[in-house]
Amino acid sequence: MSDKEYIVGSNLEKALKAGYFVATGELGPPQNADRHEIERKARLLKGLVESVNITDNQTAVVRMSSISVAVILLELGIEPNIQMTCRDRNRIAIQSDLLGAYALGCRNLLCLTGDHQTFGNHPQSKNVHDLDSISLLQMCRDMRDKKIFQCGEAIKGQEPRFFLGAAANPFADPFEFRPYRLAKKVRAGADFIQTQLIFNVPKFAEFMRRVVDLGVHEQAYILAGVGPIKSLGAAKYMATKVPGMEVDPEYIERMTNCTRGLPSPAEIKAMPPKEAAEARRLRQEASEAEGIKICVEIINECKKIEGVAGVHIMAIEWEEAVDEIVKQAQIGPRYDPARQQPTLAH
Amino acid sequence: MIVAQQKPLEEIKAMIADAQKVLILGCGTCVTVCFAGGEKEVAILASQLRMATRLDGNEKEIREFTVQRQCEYEYNEMAADYIRDADLIVSLACGIGVQTVNEQFPEKLTVPGLNTSGLSQPTEQGVWVERCQACGDCILALTGGLCPIARCAKSLLNGPCGGSQRGICEVYAERETPCVWDQIYHRLKELGQLDKMMEIRPPKNWHPSRDGGQRKIVREDLRL
Repeated sequence: MSDKEYIVGSNLEKALKAGYFVATGELGPPQNADRHEIERKARLLKGLVESVNITDNQTAVVRMSSISVAVILLELGIEPNIQMTCRDRNRIAIQSDLLGAYALGCRNLLCLTGDHQTFGNHPQSKNVHDLDSISLLQMCRDMRDKKIFQCGEAIKGQEPRFFLGAAANPFADPFEFRPYRLAKKVRAGADFIQTQLIFNVPKFAEFMRRVVDLGVHEQAYILAGVGPIKSLGAAKYMATKVPGMEVDPEYIERMTNCTRGLPSPAEIKAMPPKEAAEARRLRQEASEAEGIKICVEIINECKKIEGVAGVHIMAIEWEEAVDEIVKQAQIGPRYDPARQQPTLAH
Repeated sequence: MIVAQQKPLEEIKAMIADAQKVLILGCGTCVTVCFAGGEKEVAILASQLRMATRLDGNEKEIREFTVQRQCEYEYNEMAADYIRDADLIVSLACGIGVQTVNEQFPEKLTVPGLNTSGLSQPTEQGVWVERCQACGDCILALTGGLCPIARCAKSLLNGPCGGSQRGICEVYAERETPCVWDQIYHRLKELGQLDKMMEIRPPKNWHPSRDGGQRKIVREDLRL
């Protein structure tokens, strides 16, 4: 397959085009200027996924910039997927950053509106929203395919070429509009889609049925968002506190039942320190194993849904879990015997 | 209408700390209708300040006057004697009124007693909700008559973000502010205009908004 057939030729694009059930990962930059934590997390993901998303100040909390972390990943031989939101930058800043990101070697770009700053650690800040995710996609596609800036001026010389992604939340409302919104994003320029975390597979399947009816799955690669639940507390938090998320009560029940037979938190409190630590470890191991098991089951169910091209694994602050997930789900570069590694090299 | 809210009493007290004769200057238009800066509110604030400064051991002379429209010179002339006689003026008008009085009577400082808080609709008794941001390029014809610039926390132009659930916007802690894009969707559906939801809206031209700098309208046909 010659490079000319690719839009950009990133690892992610090649793997998707080759028809593999693709896995991508995610890495949250640190809230400091230290690169060691990034390197540690990156090593946990290396070789397990095709590309690693790097969030852009997720939940409006100040973190190291997505593009800088992407450069660190490139140095480590990992393909980054930079994220860009419309919250903090106007069209001038976004285009400028994208010229730089391409020059630095970034090839995948996820275009987002961005979480509102109310949720972050600077709620008094002014937001920008000069663009939204859809006009951002359109601008990035025009920069790539028409070689023009948003203002219409020609880009003289190398244009920034990104394999363009967008997010979709099948669990937000109005539900009936969500497949159309996804279609709109694809029309605006999205080559691939990564969805919100799925913990309600039947609803996601219904969403995908409608997406397939619109034929959108043939115009863009759709990756189902999945992630491991670390504890019962985390499951309950996602179910009740995170807007735009739905958690099937069955998973809450399973996260509750998986520690049955082990000492309860109240019993642990009454134990001597050493025994308590051991009991806590056993509870944690049981929870984590069940969380990973659920995640793998969801991946396996997604494999059967028409139009799903792969999964986007979000194990933020639990990157260690990804190895076990891809192993059990038999996905990712390492586990696909049909993979022709040489064509996927950088 | 333009709506405003009175500043906390402590903040107003701090602003008048160095003055002895203070004029509370109300406005009879928008801020009267929204119960923030009309004759009645002027009287209440004046009496609060008289009492508060008396309790602090330095009772100030607080006078009251309300003009019909503080954003126009002619009306403010009616208060000229009061203004010239005061050390400091606390305006209970919107920000336009405060600036008009400062400009018209530059020898006196006029400070704001209100925070101007938007172009709003009184949706029920005692409730005002922002409806317009005066962006200078109205798109209400495209959105079923509901403004996403003023009413969406992110001023989105292409439909609801992922934080819209059961018709409610995720941004507000009280979880009862409607997602305007959910409202727009249902309104356009009723109107049989869902095709408008599918059209891609390009980046907005923010130049007619404040982003082009201070805005000025000149109507040659009206000039003298």
